[in-house]
Amino acid sequence: MSNTQPVISASTQVLAHVPGMARHGSKPQRELASHPDREEAFLASLRSFEDAVAYGPHQVFVGALHPRQLPERPWVGVPDAGAGRFGPAGEVMPEIEFLGLLAAVDRFDLVTLDRETATAAATALAAHPLAKHFDLDRIDSAAGDTEALAAKPGVLPLYLGAGRLAAAARGDHDADESLAAHVLLENLAGKATATLALTRLLDANGIDPTSIDYVLGCGEEAVGDRYQRGGGNMAKAVAEVAGLTQASGADVKNFCAAPVSALVIASGLVASGVFRRVAVVAGGSLAKLGMKFEGHLRHDLPVLEDVLGGAAVVVEADDGRSPVVRLDAVGRHTVAAGGANPQVIEALAIEPLERLGLKMTAVDDYATELHNPEITEPQGSGDVAARNYRTLAALAVRKGDVERSGIDEFVRDRGMPGYAPTQGHLASAVCYLPHALARLTEGEAERVMLMAKGSLFLGRLCQLADGMSLLLERNPNRR
Amino acid sequence: MFDNKMVVALGERDGISGPAIAACVEAAGGKVVLTATECFV
Repeated sequence: MSNTQPVISASTQVLAHVPGMARHGSKPQRELASHPDREEAFLASLRSFEDAVAYGPHQVFVGALHPRQLPERPWVGVPDAGAGRFGPAGEVMPEIEFLGLLAAVDRFDLVTLDRETATAAATALAAHPLAKHFDLDRIDSAAGDTEALAAKPGVLPLYLGAGRLAAAARGDHDADESLAAHVLLENLAGKATATLALTRLLDANGIDPTSIDYVLGCGEEAVGDRYQRGGGNMAKAVAEVAGLTQASGADVKNFCAAPVSALVIASGLVASGVFRRVAVVAGGSLAKLGMKFEGHLRHDLPVLEDVLGGAAVVVEADDGRSPVVRLDAVGRHTVAAGGANPQVIEALAIEPLERLGLKMTAVDDYATELHNPEITEPQGSGDVAARNYRTLAALAVRKGDVERSGIDEFVRDRGMPGYAPTQGHLASAVCYLPHALARLTEGEAERVMLMAKGSLFLGRLCQLADGMSLLLERNPNRR
Repeated sequence: MFDNKMVVALGERDGISGPAIAACVEAAGGKVVLTATECFV
Protein backbone atom coordinates (compact mmCIF):
# COMPACT_ATOMS: atom_id res chain seq x y z
CA MET A 1 0.00 0.00 0.00
CA SER A 2 1.38 3.38 -1.02
CA ASN A 3 1.69 6.27 1.38
CA THR A 4 2.43 9.19 -0.91
CA GLN A 5 2.44 12.72 0.47
CA PRO A 6 -0.11 14.80 -1.49
CA VAL A 7 0.61 18.41 -2.39
CA ILE A 8 -1.39 21.15 -4.10
CA SER A 9 0.82 22.28 -6.94
CA ALA A 10 -1.34 24.71 -8.92
CA SER A 11 -4.55 26.67 -8.66
CA THR A 12 -6.51 28.97 -10.97
CA GLN A 13 -9.49 31.27 -10.51
CA VAL A 14 -11.45 32.82 -13.35
CA LEU A 15 -14.46 35.08 -13.72
CA ALA A 16 -16.75 35.50 -16.70
CA HIS A 17 -18.46 38.88 -16.68
CA VAL A 18 -21.97 38.10 -17.94
CA PRO A 19 -24.29 41.05 -17.23
CA GLY A 20 -26.61 39.98 -20.03
CA MET A 21 -27.11 36.58 -18.39
CA ALA A 22 -27.74 38.09 -14.97
CA ARG A 23 -31.46 38.30 -15.78
CA HIS A 24 -31.46 34.47 -16.03
CA GLY A 25 -30.29 34.06 -12.44
CA SER A 26 -32.96 32.41 -10.32
CA LYS A 27 -33.96 35.56 -8.42
CA PRO A 28 -34.07 38.05 -11.31
CA GLN A 29 -35.82 35.49 -13.50
CA ARG A 30 -38.66 35.20 -10.98
CA GLU A 31 -38.82 38.82 -9.87
CA LEU A 32 -38.60 40.40 -13.32
CA ALA A 33 -41.28 38.04 -14.61
CA SER A 34 -43.69 39.01 -11.83
CA HIS A 35 -42.67 42.69 -11.75
CA PRO A 36 -41.86 43.72 -15.33
CA ASP A 37 -41.71 47.34 -14.17
CA ARG A 38 -38.41 46.57 -12.41
CA GLU A 39 -36.65 45.47 -15.58
CA GLU A 40 -35.69 48.97 -16.66
CA ALA A 41 -33.92 49.71 -13.36
CA PHE A 42 -32.29 46.28 -13.42
CA LEU A 43 -30.89 46.75 -16.90
CA ALA A 44 -29.76 50.30 -16.13
CA SER A 45 -27.76 48.95 -13.17
CA LEU A 46 -25.67 46.42 -15.06
CA ARG A 47 -21.92 47.03 -14.96
CA SER A 48 -19.62 47.57 -17.90
CA PHE A 49 -16.75 45.13 -18.44
CA GLU A 50 -14.27 47.86 -17.54
CA ASP A 51 -16.02 48.43 -14.21
CA ALA A 52 -16.08 44.69 -13.49
CA VAL A 53 -12.34 44.38 -14.21
CA ALA A 54 -11.43 47.42 -12.10
CA TYR A 55 -13.52 46.20 -9.15
CA GLY A 56 -11.03 45.53 -6.35
CA PRO A 57 -12.53 42.24 -5.13
CA HIS A 58 -12.34 40.84 -8.67
CA GLN A 59 -8.66 41.73 -8.81
CA VAL A 60 -8.19 39.78 -5.58
CA PHE A 61 -10.11 36.87 -7.07
CA VAL A 62 -7.73 36.62 -10.03
CA GLY A 63 -4.71 36.93 -7.77
CA ALA A 64 -3.53 40.45 -8.57
CA LEU A 65 -3.99 41.62 -4.95
CA HIS A 66 -3.95 39.78 -1.65
CA PRO A 67 -7.31 40.26 0.13
CA ARG A 68 -5.56 42.08 2.98
CA GLN A 69 -4.33 44.61 0.41
CA LEU A 70 -7.88 45.71 -0.40
CA PRO A 71 -8.51 49.31 0.62
CA GLU A 72 -11.28 50.24 3.04
CA ARG A 73 -14.75 50.04 1.52
CA PRO A 74 -16.52 51.17 -0.58
CA TRP A 75 -15.03 49.23 -3.44
CA VAL A 76 -17.78 50.13 -5.90
CA GLY A 77 -16.98 53.36 -7.67
CA VAL A 78 -13.34 53.23 -6.60
CA PRO A 79 -11.68 51.50 -9.54
CA ASP A 80 -8.30 49.83 -9.15
CA ALA A 81 -6.21 52.00 -11.45
CA GLY A 82 -3.72 49.26 -12.21
CA ALA A 83 -6.33 46.61 -12.94
CA GLY A 84 -6.14 44.41 -16.00
CA ARG A 85 -8.30 41.50 -17.06
CA PHE A 86 -5.45 39.02 -16.56
CA GLY A 87 -4.06 38.37 -13.10
CA PRO A 88 -1.46 35.93 -11.78
CA ALA A 89 -4.15 33.38 -10.93
CA GLY A 90 -6.62 33.84 -13.76
CA GLU A 91 -8.68 36.31 -15.73
CA VAL A 92 -11.94 38.18 -16.10
CA MET A 93 -13.48 37.23 -19.45
CA PRO A 94 -15.87 39.63 -21.22
CA GLU A 95 -19.35 38.49 -22.22
CA ILE A 96 -18.76 38.41 -25.96
CA GLU A 97 -15.88 35.98 -25.50
CA PHE A 98 -17.86 33.94 -23.02
CA LEU A 99 -20.71 33.49 -25.50
CA GLY A 100 -18.10 32.17 -27.91
CA LEU A 101 -16.71 29.87 -25.24
CA LEU A 102 -20.20 28.52 -24.56
CA ALA A 103 -20.47 27.57 -28.22
CA ALA A 104 -16.94 26.14 -28.25
CA VAL A 105 -17.69 23.67 -25.43
CA ASP A 106 -21.25 22.88 -26.60
CA ARG A 107 -21.55 19.29 -27.87
CA PHE A 108 -25.33 19.33 -28.46
CA ASP A 109 -25.87 22.56 -30.44
CA LEU A 110 -27.71 24.05 -27.48
CA VAL A 111 -26.49 27.59 -28.07
CA THR A 112 -26.97 29.58 -31.26
CA LEU A 113 -25.12 32.86 -31.82
CA ASP A 114 -26.13 35.48 -34.33
CA ARG A 115 -23.65 35.95 -37.13
CA GLU A 116 -22.27 39.24 -35.78
CA THR A 117 -21.73 37.72 -32.33
CA ALA A 118 -20.16 34.54 -33.72
CA THR A 119 -17.69 36.55 -35.78
CA ALA A 120 -16.84 38.95 -32.97
CA ALA A 121 -16.48 36.13 -30.42
CA ALA A 122 -14.30 34.00 -32.68
CA THR A 123 -12.11 36.99 -33.52
CA ALA A 124 -11.68 37.92 -29.87
CA LEU A 125 -10.98 34.35 -28.74
CA ALA A 126 -8.48 33.88 -31.59
CA ALA A 127 -6.44 36.62 -29.93
CA HIS A 128 -6.78 35.10 -26.46
CA PRO A 129 -3.62 33.67 -24.85
CA LEU A 130 -5.36 30.29 -24.66
CA ALA A 131 -6.67 30.45 -28.23
CA LYS A 132 -4.94 27.27 -29.36
CA HIS A 133 -6.93 25.35 -26.77
CA PHE A 134 -10.33 26.65 -27.93
CA ASP A 135 -12.39 24.90 -30.62
CA LEU A 136 -13.03 28.05 -32.64
CA ASP A 137 -14.64 26.14 -35.53
CA ARG A 138 -17.59 25.32 -33.31
CA ILE A 139 -18.24 29.02 -32.79
CA ASP A 140 -18.64 29.53 -36.50
CA SER A 141 -20.93 26.54 -36.84
CA ALA A 142 -23.07 27.83 -33.94
CA ALA A 143 -24.15 30.87 -36.01
CA GLY A 144 -27.84 31.04 -36.85
CA ASP A 145 -31.10 32.97 -36.71
CA THR A 146 -31.29 33.85 -33.03
CA GLU A 147 -34.36 36.08 -33.40
CA ALA A 148 -36.43 33.27 -34.83
CA LEU A 149 -35.14 30.85 -32.22
CA ALA A 150 -35.69 33.21 -29.31
CA ALA A 151 -39.32 33.62 -30.34
CA LYS A 152 -39.97 29.93 -29.78
CA PRO A 153 -41.40 28.79 -26.46
CA GLY A 154 -38.88 27.43 -24.01
CA VAL A 155 -35.91 29.11 -25.68
CA LEU A 156 -33.87 31.57 -23.60
CA PRO A 157 -32.77 34.80 -25.27
CA LEU A 158 -29.20 35.79 -24.42
CA TYR A 159 -28.28 39.45 -24.55
CA LEU A 160 -25.02 41.33 -24.48
CA GLY A 161 -25.35 43.29 -21.25
CA ALA A 162 -28.38 45.53 -21.40
CA GLY A 163 -28.02 45.66 -25.16
CA ARG A 164 -28.95 43.59 -28.15
CA LEU A 165 -30.06 39.98 -28.51
CA ALA A 166 -26.90 38.06 -29.35
CA ALA A 167 -27.69 34.39 -28.83
CA ALA A 168 -30.32 31.87 -27.85
CA ALA A 169 -30.18 28.75 -25.70
CA ARG A 170 -32.60 25.90 -26.25
CA GLY A 171 -33.75 22.98 -24.17
CA ASP A 172 -33.50 19.44 -25.45
CA HIS A 173 -36.78 17.79 -24.45
CA ASP A 174 -40.29 19.19 -24.22
CA ALA A 175 -41.32 16.98 -21.31
CA ASP A 176 -38.14 16.79 -19.26
CA GLU A 177 -37.62 19.63 -16.79
CA SER A 178 -34.03 18.53 -16.27
CA LEU A 179 -33.35 19.26 -19.92
CA ALA A 180 -35.15 22.62 -20.04
CA ALA A 181 -33.26 25.53 -21.57
CA HIS A 182 -32.44 27.26 -18.30
CA VAL A 183 -31.10 24.02 -16.77
CA LEU A 184 -28.96 23.19 -19.80
CA LEU A 185 -27.66 26.75 -19.99
CA GLU A 186 -26.74 26.59 -16.31
CA ASN A 187 -24.88 23.34 -16.92
CA LEU A 188 -23.17 24.63 -20.05
CA ALA A 189 -22.12 27.83 -18.29
CA GLY A 190 -20.63 25.70 -15.52
CA LYS A 191 -18.81 23.60 -18.08
CA ALA A 192 -17.43 26.65 -19.89
CA THR A 193 -16.13 28.38 -16.76
CA ALA A 194 -14.63 25.17 -15.36
CA THR A 195 -12.99 24.49 -18.72
CA LEU A 196 -11.57 28.00 -18.86
CA ALA A 197 -10.10 27.59 -15.37
CA LEU A 198 -8.65 24.15 -16.10
CA THR A 199 -7.23 25.15 -19.49
CA ARG A 200 -5.58 28.18 -17.96
CA LEU A 201 -4.21 26.09 -15.09
CA LEU A 202 -2.59 23.55 -17.42
CA ASP A 203 -1.25 26.14 -19.84
CA ALA A 204 0.16 28.55 -17.24
CA ASN A 205 1.86 25.78 -15.28
CA GLY A 206 3.16 23.77 -18.23
CA ILE A 207 1.17 20.70 -17.20
CA ASP A 208 0.65 18.03 -19.86
CA PRO A 209 -3.14 17.45 -20.05
CA THR A 210 -2.57 13.74 -20.57
CA SER A 211 -0.72 13.54 -17.25
CA ILE A 212 -3.96 14.04 -15.29
CA ASP A 213 -5.36 10.70 -14.15
CA TYR A 214 -8.64 11.81 -12.66
CA VAL A 215 -10.88 14.87 -12.39
CA LEU A 216 -13.27 15.69 -9.57
CA GLY A 217 -16.04 18.20 -10.29
CA CYS A 218 -17.44 20.16 -7.36
CA GLY A 219 -19.68 22.84 -8.85
CA GLU A 220 -23.27 23.65 -7.91
CA GLU A 221 -25.05 22.50 -11.06
CA ALA A 222 -27.14 19.33 -11.32
CA VAL A 223 -26.38 17.59 -14.61
CA GLY A 224 -28.85 14.87 -15.47
CA ASP A 225 -32.25 13.98 -16.89
CA ARG A 226 -35.70 13.39 -15.42
CA TYR A 227 -34.83 9.86 -14.41
CA GLN A 228 -31.65 10.90 -12.66
CA ARG A 229 -31.56 14.58 -11.74
CA GLY A 230 -28.08 15.46 -10.66
CA GLY A 231 -26.67 12.34 -12.33
CA GLY A 232 -23.47 14.27 -12.69
CA ASN A 233 -20.02 13.97 -14.14
CA MET A 234 -19.38 17.51 -15.15
CA ALA A 235 -15.79 16.48 -14.42
CA LYS A 236 -15.48 14.17 -17.40
CA ALA A 237 -17.28 16.60 -19.70
CA VAL A 238 -14.69 19.23 -18.78
CA ALA A 239 -11.84 16.73 -19.09
CA GLU A 240 -12.91 15.95 -22.66
CA VAL A 241 -12.91 19.52 -23.96
CA ALA A 242 -9.71 20.38 -22.06
CA GLY A 243 -7.84 17.53 -23.75
CA LEU A 244 -7.37 15.29 -20.70
CA THR A 245 -7.56 12.19 -22.84
CA GLN A 246 -6.17 9.86 -20.18
CA ALA A 247 -8.45 11.03 -17.38
CA SER A 248 -11.75 9.86 -16.06
CA GLY A 249 -13.71 11.67 -13.40
CA ALA A 250 -16.74 12.07 -11.18
CA ASP A 251 -18.49 14.81 -9.22
CA VAL A 252 -18.55 15.52 -5.50
CA LYS A 253 -21.74 17.09 -4.11
CA ASN A 254 -21.86 18.82 -0.75
CA PHE A 255 -23.45 22.21 -1.36
CA CYS A 256 -20.89 24.99 -0.85
CA ALA A 257 -18.49 22.67 0.98
CA ALA A 258 -18.03 20.47 -2.11
CA PRO A 259 -14.68 21.95 -3.23
CA VAL A 260 -12.99 21.34 0.13
CA SER A 261 -14.55 17.86 0.25
CA ALA A 262 -13.23 17.26 -3.28
CA LEU A 263 -9.74 18.43 -2.29
CA VAL A 264 -9.74 16.00 0.63
CA ILE A 265 -10.87 13.14 -1.61
CA ALA A 266 -8.32 14.06 -4.29
CA SER A 267 -5.58 14.13 -1.67
CA GLY A 268 -6.71 10.73 -0.42
CA LEU A 269 -6.57 9.29 -3.94
CA VAL A 270 -3.01 10.58 -4.33
CA ALA A 271 -1.90 9.50 -0.85
CA SER A 272 -3.20 5.99 -1.39
CA GLY A 273 -1.47 5.69 -4.73
CA VAL A 274 -4.72 5.19 -6.65
CA PHE A 275 -3.85 8.17 -8.87
CA ARG A 276 -0.73 10.28 -9.13
CA ARG A 277 -2.24 13.53 -10.41
CA VAL A 278 -5.83 14.64 -9.83
CA ALA A 279 -7.53 17.84 -11.00
CA VAL A 280 -10.38 19.41 -9.02
CA VAL A 281 -12.64 21.70 -11.07
CA ALA A 282 -15.71 23.84 -10.49
CA GLY A 283 -17.61 26.09 -12.83
CA GLY A 284 -19.84 29.03 -12.00
CA SER A 285 -23.41 29.12 -10.80
CA LEU A 286 -25.78 30.81 -13.25
CA ALA A 287 -28.65 30.43 -10.78
CA LYS A 288 -26.94 32.76 -8.30
CA LEU A 289 -26.50 35.67 -10.70
CA GLY A 290 -28.37 38.72 -9.45
CA MET A 291 -29.47 36.88 -6.29
CA LYS A 292 -29.35 40.07 -4.18
CA PHE A 293 -30.11 42.58 -6.90
CA GLU A 294 -33.05 44.07 -5.01
CA GLY A 295 -30.78 45.14 -2.16
CA HIS A 296 -28.25 46.51 -4.59
CA LEU A 297 -30.83 48.60 -6.42
CA ARG A 298 -32.28 49.86 -3.12
CA HIS A 299 -28.80 51.13 -2.22
CA ASP A 300 -28.05 52.62 -5.63
CA LEU A 301 -25.44 49.97 -6.32
CA PRO A 302 -24.94 48.19 -9.61
CA VAL A 303 -26.05 44.58 -9.96
CA LEU A 304 -22.92 43.16 -8.35
CA GLU A 305 -23.65 39.49 -8.94
CA ASP A 306 -22.86 39.70 -12.63
CA VAL A 307 -19.95 37.25 -12.80
CA LEU A 308 -19.65 33.50 -13.06
CA GLY A 309 -16.66 32.01 -11.27
CA GLY A 310 -14.49 29.07 -12.14
CA ALA A 311 -11.73 27.22 -10.34
CA ALA A 312 -9.22 24.49 -11.08
CA VAL A 313 -6.67 22.87 -8.78
CA VAL A 314 -4.05 20.15 -9.20
CA VAL A 315 -3.38 17.72 -6.36
CA GLU A 316 -0.44 15.41 -6.94
CA ALA A 317 2.36 13.43 -5.37
CA ASP A 318 4.97 15.43 -3.49
CA ASP A 319 7.10 17.46 -5.89
CA GLY A 320 9.39 18.74 -3.15
CA ARG A 321 8.23 22.33 -3.41
CA SER A 322 4.43 22.68 -3.28
CA PRO A 323 2.43 23.02 -0.06
CA VAL A 324 1.57 19.68 1.50
CA VAL A 325 -1.93 18.57 2.48
CA ARG A 326 -2.01 17.43 6.10
CA LEU A 327 -4.33 14.47 5.78
CA ASP A 328 -3.84 13.83 9.49
CA ALA A 329 -5.60 17.12 10.22
CA VAL A 330 -8.71 17.04 8.07
CA GLY A 331 -11.61 18.65 9.88
CA ARG A 332 -15.14 17.36 9.49
CA HIS A 333 -18.49 18.37 10.89
CA THR A 334 -19.98 15.20 12.31
CA VAL A 335 -23.69 14.42 12.62
CA ALA A 336 -23.44 14.90 16.37
CA ALA A 337 -21.40 18.11 16.29
CA GLY A 338 -24.33 20.54 16.48
CA GLY A 339 -25.37 23.13 13.95
CA ALA A 340 -24.68 26.46 15.68
CA ASN A 341 -21.88 28.42 14.04
CA PRO A 342 -19.43 28.10 16.98
CA GLN A 343 -19.98 24.33 17.03
CA VAL A 344 -19.32 24.09 13.30
CA ILE A 345 -16.17 26.19 13.54
CA GLU A 346 -14.97 24.22 16.55
CA ALA A 347 -15.29 21.01 14.56
CA LEU A 348 -13.56 22.46 11.51
CA ALA A 349 -10.81 24.60 13.01
CA ILE A 350 -10.08 23.63 16.58
CA GLU A 351 -10.38 19.84 16.73
CA PRO A 352 -7.95 19.17 13.82
CA LEU A 353 -5.33 21.49 15.32
CA GLU A 354 -5.69 19.89 18.73
CA ARG A 355 -5.09 16.53 17.07
CA LEU A 356 -1.70 17.85 15.95
CA GLY A 357 -1.00 19.58 19.23
CA LEU A 358 -1.03 22.97 17.52
CA LYS A 359 -2.36 26.26 18.83
CA MET A 360 -4.73 28.31 16.70
CA THR A 361 -1.93 30.82 16.30
CA ALA A 362 0.07 28.17 14.43
CA VAL A 363 -2.12 28.89 11.39
CA ASP A 364 -1.11 32.05 9.53
CA ASP A 365 -4.20 32.42 7.36
CA TYR A 366 -7.69 31.06 7.90
CA ALA A 367 -9.73 31.00 4.71
CA THR A 368 -13.38 30.70 5.55
CA GLU A 369 -16.44 31.66 3.53
CA LEU A 370 -15.12 34.74 1.80
CA HIS A 371 -18.33 36.26 0.46
CA ASN A 372 -17.90 39.88 -0.54
CA PRO A 373 -19.72 41.94 2.14
CA GLU A 374 -20.42 44.70 -0.35
CA ILE A 375 -22.68 42.17 -2.08
CA THR A 376 -24.28 40.58 0.99
CA GLU A 377 -24.86 43.51 3.35
CA PRO A 378 -27.26 45.58 1.19
CA GLN A 379 -29.69 42.65 1.20
CA GLY A 380 -29.39 42.15 4.96
CA SER A 381 -27.16 39.07 4.97
CA GLY A 382 -24.38 40.72 6.93
CA ASP A 383 -20.63 40.22 6.62
CA VAL A 384 -20.23 36.45 6.56
CA ALA A 385 -16.43 36.44 6.60
CA ALA A 386 -16.16 38.93 9.48
CA ARG A 387 -18.70 36.95 11.49
CA ASN A 388 -16.72 33.75 11.03
CA TYR A 389 -13.45 35.43 12.02
CA ARG A 390 -14.98 36.87 15.19
CA THR A 391 -16.21 33.39 16.10
CA LEU A 392 -12.78 31.90 15.38
CA ALA A 393 -11.10 34.54 17.51
CA ALA A 394 -13.58 34.07 20.36
CA LEU A 395 -12.92 30.32 20.32
CA ALA A 396 -9.17 31.00 20.34
CA VAL A 397 -9.66 33.12 23.48
CA ARG A 398 -11.77 30.44 25.14
CA LYS A 399 -9.09 27.90 24.32
CA GLY A 400 -6.42 30.12 25.83
CA ASP A 401 -4.45 30.53 22.61
CA VAL A 402 -5.16 34.27 22.40
CA GLU A 403 -5.70 36.95 25.04
CA ARG A 404 -9.10 38.62 25.02
CA SER A 405 -7.37 41.85 24.12
CA GLY A 406 -5.85 40.13 21.09
CA ILE A 407 -9.13 39.41 19.28
CA ASP A 408 -8.87 42.31 16.84
CA GLU A 409 -5.26 41.47 16.06
CA PHE A 410 -6.15 37.80 15.47
CA VAL A 411 -8.94 38.80 13.07
CA ARG A 412 -6.77 41.33 11.26
CA ASP A 413 -3.65 39.20 10.90
CA ARG A 414 -5.11 35.74 10.32
CA GLY A 415 -8.39 36.70 8.71
CA MET A 416 -9.17 38.75 5.66
CA PRO A 417 -12.06 40.68 4.11
CA GLY A 418 -14.47 38.67 1.99
CA TYR A 419 -13.97 39.33 -1.70
CA ALA A 420 -15.63 36.50 -3.60
CA PRO A 421 -18.81 36.86 -5.62
CA THR A 422 -21.69 34.96 -4.04
CA GLN A 423 -20.94 31.85 -6.02
CA GLY A 424 -21.08 29.93 -2.74
CA HIS A 425 -18.87 26.95 -3.50
CA LEU A 426 -16.05 29.17 -4.79
CA ALA A 427 -16.43 31.69 -1.98
CA SER A 428 -16.10 28.85 0.51
CA ALA A 429 -12.34 28.95 0.93
CA VAL A 430 -11.22 27.43 -2.38
CA CYS A 431 -11.00 30.94 -3.88
CA TYR A 432 -8.11 31.59 -1.50
CA LEU A 433 -5.99 28.75 -2.88
CA PRO A 434 -3.93 30.83 -5.34
CA HIS A 435 -3.03 33.20 -2.50
CA ALA A 436 -2.41 30.29 -0.14
CA LEU A 437 0.01 28.67 -2.59
CA ALA A 438 1.88 31.95 -3.02
CA ARG A 439 2.03 32.57 0.72
CA LEU A 440 3.25 29.02 1.41
CA THR A 441 5.96 29.08 -1.25
CA GLU A 442 7.28 32.56 -2.02
CA GLY A 443 5.64 34.17 1.00
CA GLU A 444 6.14 33.78 4.71
CA ALA A 445 3.23 31.62 5.79
CA GLU A 446 3.79 28.19 7.32
CA ARG A 447 0.21 27.01 7.50
CA VAL A 448 -3.10 27.91 5.87
CA MET A 449 -6.46 26.41 6.74
CA LEU A 450 -9.36 26.20 4.30
CA MET A 451 -12.79 25.90 5.93
CA ALA A 452 -16.11 25.39 4.17
CA LYS A 453 -19.71 24.88 5.20
CA GLY A 454 -22.55 23.33 3.25
CA SER A 455 -26.24 24.11 3.82
CA LEU A 456 -27.62 20.59 3.50
CA PHE A 457 -30.98 21.63 4.94
CA LEU A 458 -31.75 23.52 1.73
CA GLY A 459 -32.37 20.17 0.03
CA ARG A 460 -35.09 19.31 2.59
CA LEU A 461 -33.68 15.90 3.44
CA CYS A 462 -32.18 16.68 6.84
CA GLN A 463 -31.88 19.69 9.11
CA LEU A 464 -28.09 19.42 9.21
CA ALA A 465 -25.31 21.54 7.83
CA ASP A 466 -22.00 20.03 6.86
CA GLY A 467 -18.47 21.29 6.78
CA MET A 468 -14.93 20.27 6.03
CA SER A 469 -11.53 21.81 6.51
CA LEU A 470 -8.08 21.24 5.10
CA LEU A 471 -4.73 22.24 6.55
CA LEU A 472 -1.96 23.16 4.11
CA GLU A 473 1.62 23.42 5.22
CA ARG A 474 4.82 24.74 3.64
CA ASN A 475 6.70 21.89 1.99
CA PRO A 476 9.49 20.76 4.36
CA ASN A 477 11.98 21.13 1.49
CA ARG A 478 11.28 24.86 1.43
CA ARG A 479 11.99 25.49 5.09
CA MET B 1 -42.26 31.86 28.97
CA PHE B 2 -43.75 30.28 25.85
CA ASP B 3 -46.67 28.45 27.48
CA ASN B 4 -49.62 28.19 25.09
CA LYS B 5 -47.64 29.97 22.40
CA MET B 6 -47.16 28.67 18.91
CA VAL B 7 -43.77 29.52 17.45
CA VAL B 8 -42.21 29.60 14.00
CA ALA B 9 -38.48 28.90 14.39
CA LEU B 10 -36.56 30.49 11.54
CA GLY B 11 -32.83 29.89 11.76
CA GLU B 12 -29.91 31.20 9.73
CA ARG B 13 -27.02 28.99 8.86
CA ASP B 14 -24.25 31.34 9.99
CA GLY B 15 -26.03 32.09 13.23
CA ILE B 16 -28.48 29.88 15.10
CA SER B 17 -30.06 26.99 13.22
CA GLY B 18 -33.82 26.40 13.19
CA PRO B 19 -33.68 23.18 15.25
CA ALA B 20 -31.58 24.92 17.93
CA ILE B 21 -34.18 27.68 18.25
CA ALA B 22 -36.93 25.08 18.31
CA ALA B 23 -35.24 23.15 21.09
CA CYS B 24 -35.02 26.31 23.23
CA VAL B 25 -38.64 27.23 22.55
CA GLU B 26 -39.87 23.76 23.44
CA ALA B 27 -37.80 23.75 26.61
CA ALA B 28 -39.53 27.00 27.53
CA GLY B 29 -42.96 25.47 27.04
CA GLY B 30 -43.76 26.64 23.51
CA LYS B 31 -45.16 24.64 20.62
CA VAL B 32 -43.08 24.86 17.45
CA VAL B 33 -45.28 24.74 14.38
CA LEU B 34 -42.59 25.26 11.78
CA THR B 35 -38.81 24.90 11.84
CA ALA B 36 -36.59 26.02 9.00
CA THR B 37 -33.01 27.08 8.46
CA GLU B 38 -32.14 29.28 5.53
CA CYS B 39 -28.95 30.22 3.75
CA PHE B 40 -28.73 33.79 2.49
CA VAL B 41 -25.51 33.48 0.52
